[in-house]
Amino acid sequence: MIAFVLQRLIQSIAIVIAMSIIVFVGVTVVGNPVDMLISPEVSQADRERIIRSFGLDLPIHQQYFVFALSVLRGEFGQSFVFGESAIKLIVQRMPATLELATTALLISIIIGLPLGVRAGLKPDSIASRLTMSFSILGFSLPTFWIGIMLMMLFAVVLGWLPATGRGPTVLFLGVEVSFLTWDGLRHLILPATTLALLKVSLVIRLARAGTLEVVHQDYIRTARAKGLKNDRIVFVHVLKNIMIPIVTIIGLEFGQLIAFSIVTETIFSWPGMGKLIVDSIRMLDRPIIVAYLMIIVVLITGINFIVDIIYAILDPRIRHEATK
Amino acid sequence: MTMDDGETPILQVRGLRTYFETDLGVGKAVDDVSFTLRRGQIIGLVGESGSGKSVTGQSLIGLVDRPGRIVGGEILFKGRDMAKLAPEELRRLRGDRISIIFQDPMTTLNPVLSIGTQLIETVLAHYPSVTPQKARERARDMLGKMGIPNPEERLDAYPHQYSGGMRQRVAIAMALINDPECVIADEPTTALDVTIQSQIAHEVKDLCRNAGTALIWITHDLGLVAALADDICVMYAGRIVERGRVEDVLGKPLHPYTRGLMDAVPSRNKRGVRLSQIPGSMPPLLALPGGCAFHPRCWRADQSDCRVSPPEESPREDGGALRCHHPLEDSIVMAR
Repeated sequence: MIAFVLQRLIQSIAIVIAMSIIVFVGVTVVGNPVDMLISPEVSQADRERIIRSFGLDLPIHQQYFVFALSVLRGEFGQSFVFGESAIKLIVQRMPATLELATTALLISIIIGLPLGVRAGLKPDSIASRLTMSFSILGFSLPTFWIGIMLMMLFAVVLGWLPATGRGPTVLFLGVEVSFLTWDGLRHLILPATTLALLKVSLVIRLARAGTLEVVHQDYIRTARAKGLKNDRIVFVHVLKNIMIPIVTIIGLEFGQLIAFSIVTETIFSWPGMGKLIVDSIRMLDRPIIVAYLMIIVVLITGINFIVDIIYAILDPRIRHEATK
Repeated sequence: MTMDDGETPILQVRGLRTYFETDLGVGKAVDDVSFTLRRGQIIGLVGESGSGKSVTGQSLIGLVDRPGRIVGGEILFKGRDMAKLAPEELRRLRGDRISIIFQDPMTTLNPVLSIGTQLIETVLAHYPSVTPQKARERARDMLGKMGIPNPEERLDAYPHQYSGGMRQRVAIAMALINDPECVIADEPTTALDVTIQSQIAHEVKDLCRNAGTALIWITHDLGLVAALADDICVMYAGRIVERGRVEDVLGKPLHPYTRGLMDAVPSRNKRGVRLSQIPGSMPPLLALPGGCAFHPRCWRADQSDCRVSPPEESPREDGGALRCHHPLEDSIVMAR
């Protein structure tokens, strides 16, 4: 098991390094920040001084080297636009995004898994058919539309929940969170539900497909022949087998939720990373784009690393394969 | 092999019918099957693929796959009709008093749970007051009894770390762990290497004999039945066509089908002689011929009775029974 974890860790680090090169080169090629930042009236001498001050005169591999060293020190340079540390700007907004993504993920598992397993155990029941219809709806409706509709209904018409913003936050383990206050929680419900809807549908479908397949396996018949209680068959024998694909997908989806919750954040004016990155891309604010992409790369690689480990815990065959 | 006629049999099956009701018609997989299993007795249930022998086994333990359903008859387990038990009562019997060993050891164990877990949960499902340590000791002893080396360590291994033969030993240990009174063995050695087949079959026989456990051994292997069983039931198209003590039925088969099966078994006496076979194959369940289902393949079938009326069960002189309009009268069997 330790060998397996180490092996995956080394792979993860290699991926982060490779991605950093791709991110750096990609962003450098995409547009020349010099044109955006320096007004055409500036004299040639001033122009070159500014370029040198940003280190943009060096050859690209040297620029990468400088970049990699500073990244290792946790520095991504100053935002061209805000004049503040890029990493600080992002880290300030990260808790909001993480909180939103985590809540959406929890909703999708807590609602999706039981509904999906139930639909798989009793595929012909009315409740199961309703669940499946709902999941088709969840798949097909665009997120922005769901967001606006939910906002219309619960914030405008009924007035039960606030429409925008994050509400009051409290410090929890050194991070600003809103789920610990009642008002903050109320602010969280609508955007998190909007973001979760598609994922709920996905989890329902995965859980149902897995359950349908697993209940017809010989080992489930064996479990029944042994006289096990139904709860044990479902929660141990079925669930442990269907969790393997579900954990994989949920891991990937969590990365997606963090990196691309931009639309939802915009609709609900959620002060997360999404809005910042949209603005920065428009302004070609390179340090922020690079810092953001690197953070996402590290996050997603980290999630996949954790998924691999859970995978090995769930499936002994993978565990033994890797340590062979 | 004692005949304790005074005591209640472990299992009394009367007129069991298990039908598969599909859109294309009703498949009578088990049709009016009756037999009695006494304490400690071993019955061999024999037939070709599709004869309904496995569905019979599954019916006995209440595990028929959909759309199959027990539509009639009684399965009296120590006098209680299993076919009418509530699901919870049936669950309590299954894996405890009556258990089953399935055919394919590669798929019958859960791949993500350790062998120990799967054995221990079988004990705890029926005896919740047993401590996990005690259950684990029991599991270890059962593995040891089944001839698995280092049972203590092997408890923590997973199915993929076992060979096919070893997995079947685990499945047998699982079936016997709660000292059941009746075990149904559904072709447990068919998927194994020939060398291991008879080894495992004899181990199971010995374990059951020593514990006084009754055993129903479902197989298509007549040789195995001859070596293992006290009684034999020969099934064809959902019916028991001939039954009786093994030495009686195999010594003097009266049903042409039993005789045909025997003639198809290779043996030393028949060296150099071309093996005979039963012409044709088992008819599909949804298109069973009328009258005696065996008549299209039978060399003794006539144009009237055999085609029209299904034969009723008639007694054999030695206490067995058969369903045939034209039983073989002569006792010269091997000379054919």
